Amino acid sequence: MNNITNRQVICDVLLEAAKKDKDILVVCSDSRGSASLAPFAEQYPEQFIELGIAEQNLVTVSAGLASCGKKVFAASPASFLSTRSYEQAKVDVAYSETNVTLIGISGGVSYGALGMTHHSCQDIAAMAALPGMRVYLPSDRFQTARLIKALLMDEKPAYVRVSRSATEDVNEENIEFTLNKANVISEGTDAVIIACGEMVPYAIKAQKKLEEKGISAGVIDMYCIKPIDKEAIIKAAQHTKLVVTAEEHSPFGGLGSIIAQIISANCPRKVINLALPDGHIIAGNNHEIFQYYGLDDEGIVKAIEKELE
Amino acid sequence: MDSLTKKAYELRRDILEMIYRSKAGHVGGDLSVIDILTVLYYKVMNVSPENRRDPDRDRFIMSKGHCVDALYSVLGNRGYFDKEEAIKNFSAYNSRFIGHPNTDVPGIEMNSGSLGHGISLGVGMALAAKLDGRAYRTYVVLGDGEMAEGSNYEAMMAASHYKLDNLCATLDLNGLQISGRTKDVMSSDDISEKFQAFGWNVVEVPDGNDCTELLEGYKKAEEFKGKPSIVIAHTVKGKGVSFMENKKSWHHGVMTEEQYIQAVKEIEEVLL
Repeated sequence: MNNITNRQVICDVLLEAAKKDKDILVVCSDSRGSASLAPFAEQYPEQFIELGIAEQNLVTVSAGLASCGKKVFAASPASFLSTRSYEQAKVDVAYSETNVTLIGISGGVSYGALGMTHHSCQDIAAMAALPGMRVYLPSDRFQTARLIKALLMDEKPAYVRVSRSATEDVNEENIEFTLNKANVISEGTDAVIIACGEMVPYAIKAQKKLEEKGISAGVIDMYCIKPIDKEAIIKAAQHTKLVVTAEEHSPFGGLGSIIAQIISANCPRKVINLALPDGHIIAGNNHEIFQYYGLDDEGIVKAIEKELE
Repeated sequence: MDSLTKKAYELRRDILEMIYRSKAGHVGGDLSVIDILTVLYYKVMNVSPENRRDPDRDRFIMSKGHCVDALYSVLGNRGYFDKEEAIKNFSAYNSRFIGHPNTDVPGIEMNSGSLGHGISLGVGMALAAKLDGRAYRTYVVLGDGEMAEGSNYEAMMAASHYKLDNLCATLDLNGLQISGRTKDVMSSDDISEKFQAFGWNVVEVPDGNDCTELLEGYKKAEEFKGKPSIVIAHTVKGKGVSFMENKKSWHHGVMTEEQYIQAVKEIEEVLL
């Protein structure tokens, strides 16, 4: 099991890039530790800005810095960054098209027992609704590294959500990566599971279990929620009977909703959306919570078996 | 009459025409803030249509974005675009001269209009100047009603934490907001103490519609080192049009033809 978190990987990529580019800035809201960016703050104090526990200010100051030519990475817990600073993200990042990458750390139910205040289960819906805002939920450390490197190359706004703990490796280190192209892990004829972020390893395990039962399922790692790879979705749906989406998010306005829209308009198929409930979430660690709500491999297998019966 | 005051009254005439033709806009606040904008754009800031992409130009943020008509008026007169185009198209269908500042209009640095963002944007710009060793200054114009937004105080803390003496905000303190007196809607009598408590250098301008007093205020702000400055400009909402002065109903009132003729007459009398 890999024990390097996606947060650490982001820090490593930014450390490497900052060596050559003085315009790269990391901005935090008392979150350098939780974002694993303390090594950046130590090594490049001139390129690190601390704003204290003030997320609205964090986002707008980042936009002001970016308007003067800086390449800004603003990192804060996903729940506060996405909704407490929502208007700032809408006006000063998305509307003003500033070169700001918002990094939502400990997204979804990463904070487990800390409850609703610290869960971020609305961020896909919220951020994807902003015109011009790109939304990414990378699945493993290799994809996260490639994504951040790709975002360093452009000047457009983006929101990236990563989990708190290390995630299982889904890809090879030298993963083929094209920005905004879905990662098609396997193809199947009975069902296709489209997942993002931490759900991807569960989708892969579910696919293997289904295979043992004689059910052919494909898996797509849809790390790019917006812009979304429509072509990959339509192609996969055309070759199967059932589309299942899995996400660490509210059932409203997330990956499942976006995919259902695309499929209904282009190649109607049955779509099942597996998501967290529209309600209070139980206490527990990630795996316990996913298991409880049928989002783990067993839950995905059951949902597909039931539908294909 | 000094040339700046004369200019501010000429701009008032354009504001009135813009608002009368479009039947939209925030005339009361425009007339209170226009002297501030005139002094900044004609005397204080190093900005011009020619240097608008120069990294060393001063930066300006209109945090009280609803008074964009005053900003269009000053930018049009400074030659950033044809001012007649702004007067003719303000708030019109598919026009770029919309009811809040937006970067499709030359001379506007950032989109604004949602209140309470200006100081934070200014902090970012002023920090960038310090990081890059550039000498430009960042100016932000705030409304007094806007000071109820909490994000201002986050930004005020950050500005003094980073000792941003290259950041100068102006508070257009006319004492009125859409629902009534600012002190009744949300007490703001101690705004000067609030800025001081947050570590800012406070410069009071007793008559914020007097260009000479404003100029002196900005000079004091520029000379002060080690802290961000706030110029508290005590203005009159609707200044220059007798029936609008100090009336909350003119926050975004629409003039009848008679009122428009009367308002222009009063402005032109000052210019004679």
